[in-house]
Amino acid sequence: MQKKVACSFPDEVLEHVFSFIQSDKDRNAVSMVCKSWYEIERWCRRKIFIGNCYAVSPRMVIRRFPKVRSIELKGKPHFADFNLVPDGWGGYVLPWIAEMAGAYPWLEEIRLKRMVVTDECLELIAKSFKNFKVLVLFSCEGFSTDGLAAIAASCMNLRELDLRDSDVDDLGGHWLSHFPETYTSLVSLNSSCLGSDEVSLSALERLVGRCTNLRTLRLNRAVPLDKIANILGRAPQLVDFGTGTYGADLQSDVFSSLAGAFSSCKELRSLSGFWDVVPAYLPAIYPVCSRLTSLNLSYVTIQSPDLVKLLRHCPSLQRLLVLDYIEDSGLEALSSSCKDLQELRVFPSDPFGEEPNVSLTEQGLVSVCLACPKLQSVLYFCRRMSNVALVTIAQNCPNLTRFRLCIIEPRTADFLTLEPLDVGFGAIVEHCKDLRRLSLSGLLTDRVFEYIGRYAKKLEMLSVAFAGESDLGLHHVLSGCESLRKLEIRDCPFGDKALLANASKLETMRSLWMSSCAVSFGACKLLGQKMPRLNVEVIDESGPPDSRPDSCPVDKLYIYRSVAGPRFDMPPFVWTMDEDSALQVHALHVAEYNRKPDWIGVGTYEESIQGLRAKMPFVLYLAELSNTSQCSSQPLLSGDTTLTPPRPLLRLPIETLESDDKTQRSKEGKYMIKMRYSMNPTICFEIRPISTRSFPGV
Amino acid sequence: MQGTERDLNYKETELCLGLPGGGGGGGGENEVESSPKTTGKRGFSETVDLKLNLQSKEAGMDLNQNLETCSKQTACTKDPSKPPAKAQVLGWPPVRSYRKNIMANQKNSSEECEKAAFVKVSMDGAPYLRKVDLKMYNSYQKLSDALAKMFSSFTMGNYGSQGMIDFMNESKLMDLLNSSDYVPTYEDKDGDWMLVGDVPWEMFVESCKRLRIMKGSEAIGLAPRAMEKCKSRA
Repeated sequence: MQKKVACSFPDEVLEHVFSFIQSDKDRNAVSMVCKSWYEIERWCRRKIFIGNCYAVSPRMVIRRFPKVRSIELKGKPHFADFNLVPDGWGGYVLPWIAEMAGAYPWLEEIRLKRMVVTDECLELIAKSFKNFKVLVLFSCEGFSTDGLAAIAASCMNLRELDLRDSDVDDLGGHWLSHFPETYTSLVSLNSSCLGSDEVSLSALERLVGRCTNLRTLRLNRAVPLDKIANILGRAPQLVDFGTGTYGADLQSDVFSSLAGAFSSCKELRSLSGFWDVVPAYLPAIYPVCSRLTSLNLSYVTIQSPDLVKLLRHCPSLQRLLVLDYIEDSGLEALSSSCKDLQELRVFPSDPFGEEPNVSLTEQGLVSVCLACPKLQSVLYFCRRMSNVALVTIAQNCPNLTRFRLCIIEPRTADFLTLEPLDVGFGAIVEHCKDLRRLSLSGLLTDRVFEYIGRYAKKLEMLSVAFAGESDLGLHHVLSGCESLRKLEIRDCPFGDKALLANASKLETMRSLWMSSCAVSFGACKLLGQKMPRLNVEVIDESGPPDSRPDSCPVDKLYIYRSVAGPRFDMPPFVWTMDEDSALQVHALHVAEYNRKPDWIGVGTYEESIQGLRAKMPFVLYLAELSNTSQCSSQPLLSGDTTLTPPRPLLRLPIETLESDDKTQRSKEGKYMIKMRYSMNPTICFEIRPISTRSFPGV
Repeated sequence: MQGTERDLNYKETELCLGLPGGGGGGGGENEVESSPKTTGKRGFSETVDLKLNLQSKEAGMDLNQNLETCSKQTACTKDPSKPPAKAQVLGWPPVRSYRKNIMANQKNSSEECEKAAFVKVSMDGAPYLRKVDLKMYNSYQKLSDALAKMFSSFTMGNYGSQGMIDFMNESKLMDLLNSSDYVPTYEDKDGDWMLVGDVPWEMFVESCKRLRIMKGSEAIGLAPRAMEKCKSRA
């Protein structure tokens, strides 16, 4: 006889209660209370965040949460932003879209970061989700404006389209005209990353005019300055505006209509864009400056006095992005004008120059920290730093949550004492008790890591470059930082010892990146063998790591926890260290770079099967690329690879593929096998034949 | 999801420090079983405390040993302790290529700042695209070496003493196209696909929008156009 205390409420009541719980952490906690709460919670979870798309498979997510309306996925490691991750590494979203197309017909929101998105993906989204509302593609790549046209044409309820910082193949502005004349729901549009010189201005103006709920509009560079007034005139309700080119020959009528347009935007709080600025046009924004809370001038190449003149008009500023042209003097002025500053980012105008081109030093940052008590987030590029400055910053800004300092020359010492900057960064972690993100630079020994391990208890993300002396440094971090989720390291003398000694720590983190360090191939294999819930991936473009001795250091190492097992969509220069680390399933490629639906092959059928030395049971299905949500019901081939060689249990003759004459096919039969994850131990594959069509664009 | 033979026995996951088969410290700190007593080896932190002065030296020695071993192997070329030449450090300072390219294209910029020139490189048959910064190289030969590293099945033909293809000599051109499996081509500012090597290097960097490595046999179709354009320039 069990007491049903916890279940005295009907499910619907609990579900209603749970609907007020939004945060993932809280939802996860709720689901762990008891089995019935787990069940109720999973049926009513609407929003999912997956920080690493390879940590779990689409089907696993769908099986647990059948009614999701909003999903956020992240793909490549952060260092991909700096070209440290070779192209083709992975992060393909197509398998996710394909699965969700069937399972979540009511999906409303997709947010992706650092993923490969193709036009085919966008077309599939447009076709599959009738109530689609939000598409955010943050630092994504692989698609063109043709894919955007498909979204525009089909998604009648689209509210938000944000392409920030994505690498888009911009074929011209015609995609905008695919929004039907009846479409009026747009709330947010960020197309600032589009690079073509062509833009369909009339389509843009009409779109802006009829979407009366538009709040955010960030234009791309191709939109000229003299069109801004017209656009703003149609959208005086805008809260967040990004200009296109902000330069032209000075004409007083253009200026006055621009100023007039800005002054009628009473709700405007955030400005960005400002490419190719002509300083004389900046005063046109003065009418809105007093209300501005966010200003992105990071593409504005004007000198400090002009910048200061502008910033003096912005007393409400909370967030500023600016180039180092602002110099120490400008930051001093900023600190006296903008007392509410919470976030400051100073970017380098000449990052590769040998000599400093501007007078920006540690003093600028110190003056802001002394005067702006609300400062929480700092990203600062400079060429010199001192421990004294860092200690001052730490003592005056104990509320810092994000501190990223980049001293441009690696291993630069304290310029006053020539000592390492250990003490300075130590002060940062000691005083800033809520610090969640930290990026180190300058000359640093193992000591700084000792401080970090001891004090940085809330630290979630740490970026390290050209620092440390021995494994002790890494050991301090891995054993001390309780909240650590992401650790990325490059060019540090960290080897095997700390990594192996703290192997179980890695399961509590999202991921670890180490490149140009001293981790040996043997250690990677050992880690991969002993830690089944970690995917240990070695990236090495100089060839298979097992052609060198085990003691040889690997080039790049990416370790992440996963319940989905090793992935199979890796390019040839990525090796997974699995149970049997001799496994190299790189013969299985998924190539999603092609814009047009096409089939790409990478080897013969026989080679592909040989490459399937995964020692797992498998089933091969036939599917067409354009119809990825369905595959043939007849498995092509299934086998149990625990037996070697794999023994086909059921085989359809290859000839049946060749009889389908969609593409040219030779007897060599080049096929690609794509991994499909499944719930049961069987791994399903799709064989896709290749065409001999050349790459598009020629 | 995995094969059914996954062994979750924690004993099996007990790690020892150092390389497989090597000596070193004791069992991992977080393991369920405490092994130090049985094996007689000390935990990592104990080892570290006792040998603090030696630790960094040891690590340094290990590193050098590894490097020595590796330098004997021709394939292993990485030397992490030696910093590369200043301008060539990949991904440093950590400025996103998006921002680098934007800054490079600023019309207002009066300074001679280092402009990046990233172009996409595709190779027929290869399932992935690469990107290169043309400013990182100063000659066709350097570019050729870099591309050969990225696409290991690709080698470019001989570019002659001036580093340019002699387009005027048709038979030489045909030799080139027939001799290599793959030739590099590029799309220039006019949208035409040209054979790489037809203009001086600096001009190439200015006009190249993207690269495509295609089979020599396909490229033969481009050759007449390339020759035409060459003639019209001369």
